[in-house]
Amino acid sequence: MAFLRNRRPNLDELVDALERAGVHGHGGAYFPTATKLRAVAAQRERPVVVVNGSEGEPLSRKDRFLLGARTDTVLDGAFAVAEVLRADAIIIAVDHRRTRTIEAVQAALAGRPELEQHGAPVVEVIGVPDGYVTGQESSLVNFLGGHEAKPTATPPYVFERGLRGRPTLVSNVETFAQIGRVAAGTFDGSRHITVSGAVPDPAVVQIRPGTTVAQALTAAGGITEEVSAVLLGGYGGTWVAMPEALGLPLDEADLRAHGLTLGAGILFTLGASRCGVAEVARVTRWMSEQSAGQCGPCVFGLRAIADGLQSLCSHNPLDGVAFTSLAQIQRWCAMVDKRGGCAHPDGVARYVRSAMDVMAEEFKDHATHGPCSRCDTSAGPGARRRAPRRTAVASGGLR
Amino acid sequence: MSERLQVDMIACSAHGMCAELLPERVTLDDWGYPIVSGAPVPAELAGVAQMAVDACPVLALKLVRAQAAHAAGRRR
Repeated sequence: MAFLRNRRPNLDELVDALERAGVHGHGGAYFPTATKLRAVAAQRERPVVVVNGSEGEPLSRKDRFLLGARTDTVLDGAFAVAEVLRADAIIIAVDHRRTRTIEAVQAALAGRPELEQHGAPVVEVIGVPDGYVTGQESSLVNFLGGHEAKPTATPPYVFERGLRGRPTLVSNVETFAQIGRVAAGTFDGSRHITVSGAVPDPAVVQIRPGTTVAQALTAAGGITEEVSAVLLGGYGGTWVAMPEALGLPLDEADLRAHGLTLGAGILFTLGASRCGVAEVARVTRWMSEQSAGQCGPCVFGLRAIADGLQSLCSHNPLDGVAFTSLAQIQRWCAMVDKRGGCAHPDGVARYVRSAMDVMAEEFKDHATHGPCSRCDTSAGPGARRRAPRRTAVASGGLR
Repeated sequence: MSERLQVDMIACSAHGMCAELLPERVTLDDWGYPIVSGAPVPAELAGVAQMAVDACPVLALKLVRAQAAHAAGRRR
């Protein structure tokens, strides 16, 4: 990629370089970035570029870390994309609560030479509502266009007709950072993940492909107690059983071949002192409340699943209080899967089904004997009932 | 040209007309929302399928060409 060091790449050069580097989206969908760029470039109208830093996944902190501490790398990517697509606008969307992140981006923008050039794109940093579904690309585009942050039916996709009716390239913050590194010739295949749960503090860790779960946990400061299960990919992700999980290489292509994904780069460990069923019930309730409220199976189905899970942690089999059977919960998970306008219900189904698989004994025990002694100890990351932890993050994993 | 049924779940508000008119292809879930078979609609059902599409009060049910439906698979 010697050419890239001497001058800024054109569209074909950038697309080729992204393809060779194997850059995929880091927001969770793992869409090939080169393909997305090509799709936007093929449209007739001038496109808009959106840097998606809404970071609605409660277990994720990497986007605010990158926007705050690797700001110029993210901006390198955004400007490179805007230039090759001839976009006249770049919008950097950040969770409105992250005021320090927004300030850091604005400060970095003030020093960018691109903005001095003739025909420079208009760059705006916009605070967006917090919420799990805000970052879904059609939802984000709807909000930026003055509507509610809710997904719309596809097609048309935002790359065809998005913000202001124009072709719109929406990509995650880290995807732009990767593009920035590819354009600068410094891409090395590493990525950032957020490690939380049974570790001293949630930590953003830079990993290379092949880094194992165990190594990532060490980089995050080591586990603070025995781990009973591992969650990959966040609240729409998949639970993995211990101790097998520890040896898993955190390589996205490899994980996907096994039906797993890091999603937006999430590794969560459930400490053995906490009840897995109660944790799953709490998260599912939260995810149910995060529904955009548009599709029946999502509105009613996720609520039913959340009620069912909650009943496992609150019913008393001796006094005959009605509770939902595990089979019924499984049935509802199958019933909501792939039945929404966006993938929100699919994620909940995956999360709950994998939990019931990996923690089968625990679920069976709750269904038979009622709540356990640890059922009320599971407030954790994402609970929002706790005082928010500081947003500063540790970085480690690579020297 | 083979066609298949597609439902816009955002638009759907569980009137249930489709399941009433086309039980061969549409069942209802526990909350009254349609579960639509994605298989191509055979010629003998084409007429009644079109009736179901026309009967949907919120225009959520569509007949789409089989390949088009495939290409329009959702992305997150």
